[in-house]
Order: sequence, then structure tokens, then C-alpha cells
Amino acid sequence: MLRYLIRRLGQALLVVAGVVMLTFVVMRLVPGDPAVAFAGPKATPEQLAAARERFGLDDPLWVQLWNYVRDLVTGDWGTSLHTRQPVRDDLLLAFPASLELVGAALLLAIVAGIPVGVLAARYKTKFPDFGVRVASMLAVSVPVFWLALALQTVFASNLGWFPVAGEYDSSLDTTSPLTLWTNITVVDALITGNWPILTSTLRHLVLPTLVVAAYPTGVIAQMTRAMLIEEAGQDHARLERALGFGETSILTRFALRPALGPVLSLIALVFAYSIVNGFLVEAVFNWPGLGRYAASAISSLDTPAIAGVTLLVALVYVLANLVVDLLQGLIDPRVRPQ
Amino acid sequence: MTPPGTPPGTPPGTPPEASLSEAGPSEAPLRRTLPKITDRFAATGAVLIVVVAAAALLAPWLAPYPEDAVDPVNALLAPGAEHWFGTDQAGRDVLTRVLYGGRTSLFIAVSVLAVSAAVGVTLGLVAGYAGGWVRDVIMRVTDVFLAFPALLLSLMLAMVLQPSVTTVIVAIAVTWWPWYARLSASVAASVATRPYVDAARCLGVPAPVIIVRHVLPNSITPVLVQISLDAGGVILTAAALSYLGLGAQEPTAEWGLMVDQGQTLFTTNWWVVTFPGLAILVTAFAFNVLGEGLRNALDPRRVVR
Repeated sequence: MLRYLIRRLGQALLVVAGVVMLTFVVMRLVPGDPAVAFAGPKATPEQLAAARERFGLDDPLWVQLWNYVRDLVTGDWGTSLHTRQPVRDDLLLAFPASLELVGAALLLAIVAGIPVGVLAARYKTKFPDFGVRVASMLAVSVPVFWLALALQTVFASNLGWFPVAGEYDSSLDTTSPLTLWTNITVVDALITGNWPILTSTLRHLVLPTLVVAAYPTGVIAQMTRAMLIEEAGQDHARLERALGFGETSILTRFALRPALGPVLSLIALVFAYSIVNGFLVEAVFNWPGLGRYAASAISSLDTPAIAGVTLLVALVYVLANLVVDLLQGLIDPRVRPQ
Repeated sequence: MTPPGTPPGTPPGTPPEASLSEAGPSEAPLRRTLPKITDRFAATGAVLIVVVAAAALLAPWLAPYPEDAVDPVNALLAPGAEHWFGTDQAGRDVLTRVLYGGRTSLFIAVSVLAVSAAVGVTLGLVAGYAGGWVRDVIMRVTDVFLAFPALLLSLMLAMVLQPSVTTVIVAIAVTWWPWYARLSASVAASVATRPYVDAARCLGVPAPVIIVRHVLPNSITPVLVQISLDAGGVILTAAALSYLGLGAQEPTAEWGLMVDQGQTLFTTNWWVVTFPGLAILVTAFAFNVLGEGLRNALDPRRVVR
């Protein structure tokens, strides 16, 4: 297991190195001069030169790449041309907001998707199964931005049941300011006992969570169903049937546990995917997460910020894949290379 | 923006092998698997795709109005006898725009899948057949591209290039080919050990000929299934890019762009946004359903009757 772990970690590091290179190359291709973007349109030639100096734009490419990698490793992710803050600080504020949204959505997806998958497997080829298959397929096929707009229009704008946009009522910042610990608003409000912000955030979370949860719920239900049907056809299920167990208890008592391994892997991968999928939802609901940060960075050609978001998300991807492989190696020794 | 992956509509992060590896990559020629699709669910998907494709191809004859017929006097009419889907802010018939939008979406999907399959399968076959360091190099490059979420890399590329339909195609294809490279490499590696490949090698047949004549036909089926699974994801990704303003531009009719331009009108004029969105949903749904059916047909253990 240790050798497998080391090998797999080495592979992941190689991928991260490749990601850094690719990001660097793409950033060099972005139109516009970062020095002009930083110094502003009215900058004097001296200010421009100072900006070029500051970003090392006159150095040879390989020196720039070397400096870029060195800065990344030492924790300097550059300065945003737009917010003028260190990109790392911006990300430390935006990423937790995205995590909050995606975390809530995944929780919902697991709580809803697994039972629904069990239901479909129990009544396979019957009506409940058909309903689940159609519904889960619709959930993975719906364009998120459109679903977000639809829910926002119907349940927020027209019916007024939920707030239209934002993470919590901004007037609460003056009446009951939030102390930041983790930068995840729900968690911070909970540990500091800030109920006004907590309830406001939960109300704001409902609609975006439903939208982000659609895709994971659909794939988790499909995967659970498929794995359970497969397990129910195995020899152990025949034995259990012969011993007099009913179909429902075979599924929930014996088939569910082995089926959950692949479902767990799927959840890790879907988590990484949902972060990016959430970008579109954040745009619609004006959620202060990575997506909104990326959108403003893209419209202002803020290359350091875009590179930061890209690297962070790619890291999450690599990490999710790593976790999946290690978990599978742990659960199923056959996966480990000899 | 759904990426290619395991489950239909595939999370764009799911390894394509996940669906095939357990049963071992299938090498059965496609024609032998096609008759097995008796699943009515999958058949529904196939019928829907035919309807969507026919509507898109026949748009010039089916559409009640010319594609760009601007008519400001009749702007934002609710759906009725004259305009079944209503009219948009410029007085254009929404039904007409939705029909023409199908041409854009299907054109993007076909182009992306053709380009990424061509690149991915070529690299995958070479990697799988050659093995050794060639395979290692190609697979590591593939891993790097796989680490980028499709939507994010597409966003970056769409920003570097000018927004257009071509940009969308290039941007998505760049993120899509690695899936086919990985999949076809694993299948080709197993095909390369077959006796008939050994025989050809002993007869002195050059490697490129072996790859094209023997390895390609025997490893293409899983790729074709994966392509059908991915079409829905490509359509969703393309629509998302256009929605963000990085894809098709006015006056091109494109579903994502129509949603983008109508979104401020949703509360007052629901039809401007609802119909293009439904068109995306129905098309992606049809491809995902058919793809799932094809995959089940290939993997006997998954077939449920």
C-alpha cells in the first residue's frame, strides 16, 4: 500500500506540474498587456515601466516561468489587477463560499440520491423505476443556468418565498457583524452563535443549493441503482433469497454496502465537477464564490486572478482523483498494482 | 458543460473506463450490439434525437418566419396562434429562433466530437499499440488536460480567442479529446496483444498499417458509445459558454445566447427564456438516454429488462 501511495502521489505531482505549465502558457496568450491593465489607461511611461518591472515582463520567458513556479510554491499567487489584493487572500474568501454552496448541494444529493436509487432498484422495470430513471436523466440534462433563472424567477421574484440573490442580508453586517473563522458563513455563524446571519444565509442557500444539487442527485441515483441491481444478481443474493430474506432487506442489508464503494468515488469526482458547475449558478444568484470572482476576473482580463482560480480548481480536481484512487486501493486491494 | 464521464451526462471528471473496465473493454463490432437495444427507454431517446435533428435540418422549411425577421412593432408578444412560442424583444419569432438554434447546437456538438475523437483516438491508438515510454508520455499529457475542468479551460480559451461558434468548438474540443485518448489507449493495448496482431507483425506489416487495419476497427466500439454518451455534455457546455457571452454572437440563433439575452425578461415575458432552455434540456436528455441505452447494450450485466 505504501508503494502504491508513493507512486500515486508522484503521478499527482507530475500532473500538478503540467497544470502549472499549461496555465502559464495560456496566461501568456491572453490579449492585452498586464502592465497597462495594472497601471491604468492614464499611466505615464515611467509608471508603465515600473509595472513591467514589477511583474518581470521584460525577463526571458523561462525566467518568468521559473519565478512564477517559485512564487507559487512559496505561497505568493500574485496580485489581482482588479481588486489589488493578493490573489491568495481573494481566493481564501471566495473559495469557502463556493464550498458552502457545493457542500450543501452534495449533502442534499446524497440524502436524496441514494434512497431514490434504492427505490428504483427495488422496483426495477416497474413504475417507480421508470420515474426515477426519467427524473434522474432530466436532472443531469438540465442546463444549470436556465434552471437557476427559472427557480429564481418563480420562487424568488414572483412568489417571494426566498431571497433573489446574495449570501445573506447585507444589512445584517451592521446590526450583527459576523466574526470570520473559517470564512464559511454558515459555519462561522453557527460557532459564534450569530442566529440572524445563520437563518438569513440558510434562506439564501435554498434555491442555489437545489440547482447545484440537480446533477449530483441524478448521477448518484443512477449509480446507486445500477450497482444495486448488479449486486442483487450476485450469488450471495441468491443465498439470501433462499434463506427467506425479502427483496427490500437484501438490497438494504446486504447489497447496499458493497454498492457504496463506487458511489463514494463518484461523489468525490462529482464534488470537483460541481464546483465549476456552480460557477454558472453563482453568477445567477450573485453568490460571492469562486464563480463570481472568476467572472469579474475574466471580464477585466485579470490574468493573475484567472490563473489563481484555474490552479485552485485544478488542484481540487487532482486531489479528488487522488482521494478516489487511494480510497479504492484501501477498500479493494486488487486495484493496487503489484 | 457536463463533461464526459461515466454516468450519462457524465460528470466531467469521471473516468470513462469506469463504465467499461469492470467488464473489460468490449471489442464486439458495433453492428452486433445494435440489435440488442430493446430498452424502450433508450428507443425513446433515439426517436427524440431523430425529431430534434430533423427539426434542425429542416428549419428553413419548417420555420414559420425568416430567421432574422425583426419586427419591433410585434416585440414580446405572448405565445398565440400567430407565434406559437411568442416573440422576443426584437419581435423575432421564438419558435423560428429555437429551430435555427438547433442547427447551431448540433453543428457544434458534431464538430467537437469529430475533432476530439479524431485527435484522441489517434493518440490513444498509438499509445496503446506502442506501449512503453510512448504510452507513458502520451498518457501523462492526457492526465494534465484531464485535470482541467472542461468548462474552466474552455472559459480561459474562449477569453484568449474571439467569441464565436468556432471558438466554442476549439475550446471544448481541447478539453474533450483526452477522454477518448485514455479510453482508446486502454482498449488498443489489449487488442495489440491478440494473435492476429502478432501474426500481422510477423508478416512484416508496418505498424501504421496494423494500427489502421487491425487495431482501429477492433477498438472503436467503446469510443463510439462514449461519443454518444458525451453529445449531451457537449451541448450543455456549448450552451453555457454562449450563455456567458463567450460563444455564438448575435444575430446567430443559439439556445444559450437566447437564454442570456432574455434573462432580464423572465419575470415579465417567460416564453423568451423558457423555450430555448427547454430545447437544450430535451436535446441533452435525448442524447443522454440513448447513450445510456447503448452502454447497457454493451455491458450485459447492466441490462435490465
